Amino acid sequence: MADTATSARTLYRSLLRFSNRFAAYNFREYAKRRTRDAFREHQKVSDVERIRELLAKGQKELRMLQRQTMVSQFFQNDRLVVEGGKSGRQTGNKGDITRTKNTGWD
Amino acid sequence: MSAPAMVARCAAQRLATRTQPRAFNLRSFRTVTPAVRSPLSQSRSYVSVSARKCAEVEDVNRKIETQEVIRQTGMNPSGIDMGNGIHADAMMSPQAGILKQATVMDQGARPIYMDMQATTPTDPRVLDAMLPFYTGLYGNPHSRTHAYGWETEKAVDEAREHIANLIGADPKEIIFTSGATESNNMSIKGVARFYKSKKKHIITSQTEHKCVLDSCRHLQEEGFDVTYLPVMSNGLIDLEELKASIRPDTALVSIMSVNNEIGVIQPMEEIGKICKANKIYFHTDAAQAVGKIPVDVNKWGIDLMSISGHKIYGPKGIGACYVRRRPRVRIEPLISGGGQERGLRSGTLAPALVIGMGEACRIAQEDLAYDHARVSYLSKRLQDGLLAMEHTTLNGAADARYPGCVNISFAYVEGESLLMALKDIALSSGSACTSASLEPSYVLRALGSSDESAHSSIRFGIGRFTTEEEIDYVLKVVEERVTFLRELSPLWELVQEGVDLNTIQWSGH
Repeated sequence: MADTATSARTLYRSLLRFSNRFAAYNFREYAKRRTRDAFREHQKVSDVERIRELLAKGQKELRMLQRQTMVSQFFQNDRLVVEGGKSGRQTGNKGDITRTKNTGWD
Repeated sequence: MSAPAMVARCAAQRLATRTQPRAFNLRSFRTVTPAVRSPLSQSRSYVSVSARKCAEVEDVNRKIETQEVIRQTGMNPSGIDMGNGIHADAMMSPQAGILKQATVMDQGARPIYMDMQATTPTDPRVLDAMLPFYTGLYGNPHSRTHAYGWETEKAVDEAREHIANLIGADPKEIIFTSGATESNNMSIKGVARFYKSKKKHIITSQTEHKCVLDSCRHLQEEGFDVTYLPVMSNGLIDLEELKASIRPDTALVSIMSVNNEIGVIQPMEEIGKICKANKIYFHTDAAQAVGKIPVDVNKWGIDLMSISGHKIYGPKGIGACYVRRRPRVRIEPLISGGGQERGLRSGTLAPALVIGMGEACRIAQEDLAYDHARVSYLSKRLQDGLLAMEHTTLNGAADARYPGCVNISFAYVEGESLLMALKDIALSSGSACTSASLEPSYVLRALGSSDESAHSSIRFGIGRFTTEEEIDYVLKVVEERVTFLRELSPLWELVQEGVDLNTIQWSGH
């Protein structure tokens, strides 16, 4: 029992770590949320066979994440307006980047 | 020597060799002034734009250094961590390192995507299933003589099964097409033309997708009668009216399950029963419904159904058509040829797309409840926020709707100008097919909305990958800009003063 708990925790951590590597904001947030929700949903599962099944599924998803996060990093786009700041413009005192226009008014 | 130190030394060497020739040029240019200046003041008085070639990453240098680093440390530069998340390869070409930092510091410029009815992003899981069929497994699924064909055929059959499972059908009843438009054309024209000797009447509704309406118009030219059922003000069709319009020679009823512009769900089960009782084929355009709400062709009594791949997080360019086998629905194929897909749609399948769509269906079935709960939660948040503003109305029935499509009218604001003002959100005022024209949406006009109201409507699409942050951003920005645009509008001023706009006598011009 303790064995599956450890492997589940390891799997959870690696899934979250790889989820975070998506370059695309929406996929990144979804992967993190889906991982968390899936583990929370199956928190109380006690049937050994079912646990093994779920862990195998998680491993499959992890391998997919490893491949797809890499693809995502190869094809990066600009960041979305909601990422890293609500304004869509640079904040703080750096002032060296003027790439984004004031969106929406012109 | 430790690896980072080694890299730093290499980088310093390279920098030194690069700055030397430029310093030499400077000196030769300044030969007329004999005074010796310190390097600092020199660089200060000769600040100029660096030439483009100096600002580029020199590949040759980089290769030499990489080899040198590997020779001396035995490690790949990209694997050597220099701290602060910078790897050695960035240090070896400082420009690249700076560029990397710049993109990190920059904050986004890309609009957020809120047009899930037009298309949805391809799920990474779907792409992962597709990639093998774009790289190694390129066999033609119809090749029966070798292993390349067999492996692709097996995967295609699995995909077919996933799609069939999602809609409660038999895998043999799934015909792959290029998209929902082709499926709609195939179903409507196919059934009508096959039964044209006996039956000459088709019933559809006014709020259908363009491709259904256009197929019907085409059939009218061929001599068929078409009834375009009006809809009630909530977007649903009147079942009594449907019953009344049925004739003995009615061949087909085509009603879409979930409307693409207002998101209302038609009473499919009841329509199915009416069709069954009158022995009429029932076709539905379920591009917006499959994978989003539970769909069961037997429960709904559907004979033909159009499905699209790219509305369910699958690839674009693929769709499917469900054609019932028991009792058999016979259609005349649009495309003739090698007899693939039961002879109803000839042409080699695109295995990668088919498999992508199959995977999308599998995920949709697995996550249907999860995604629906999530979309409902986000949709409630968005609707409550938007409807809390003054003079906003929700278009379409509030109780019978797919929550992922929120169509809101902002009175006293011109829709197109609001869309322009909301450039940081990817939105649309109606279906993508009609977004090029400035005509108000025919769907909203069919609901009985005025032209002004139809003009000022915006459709918000929520999907699997929408986040709470995006919804909050949309709420904030829409409120800000609607208020701004209304402040500009003289009509709004009158409304604020309590003048009823309908009582105003506008002078002619």
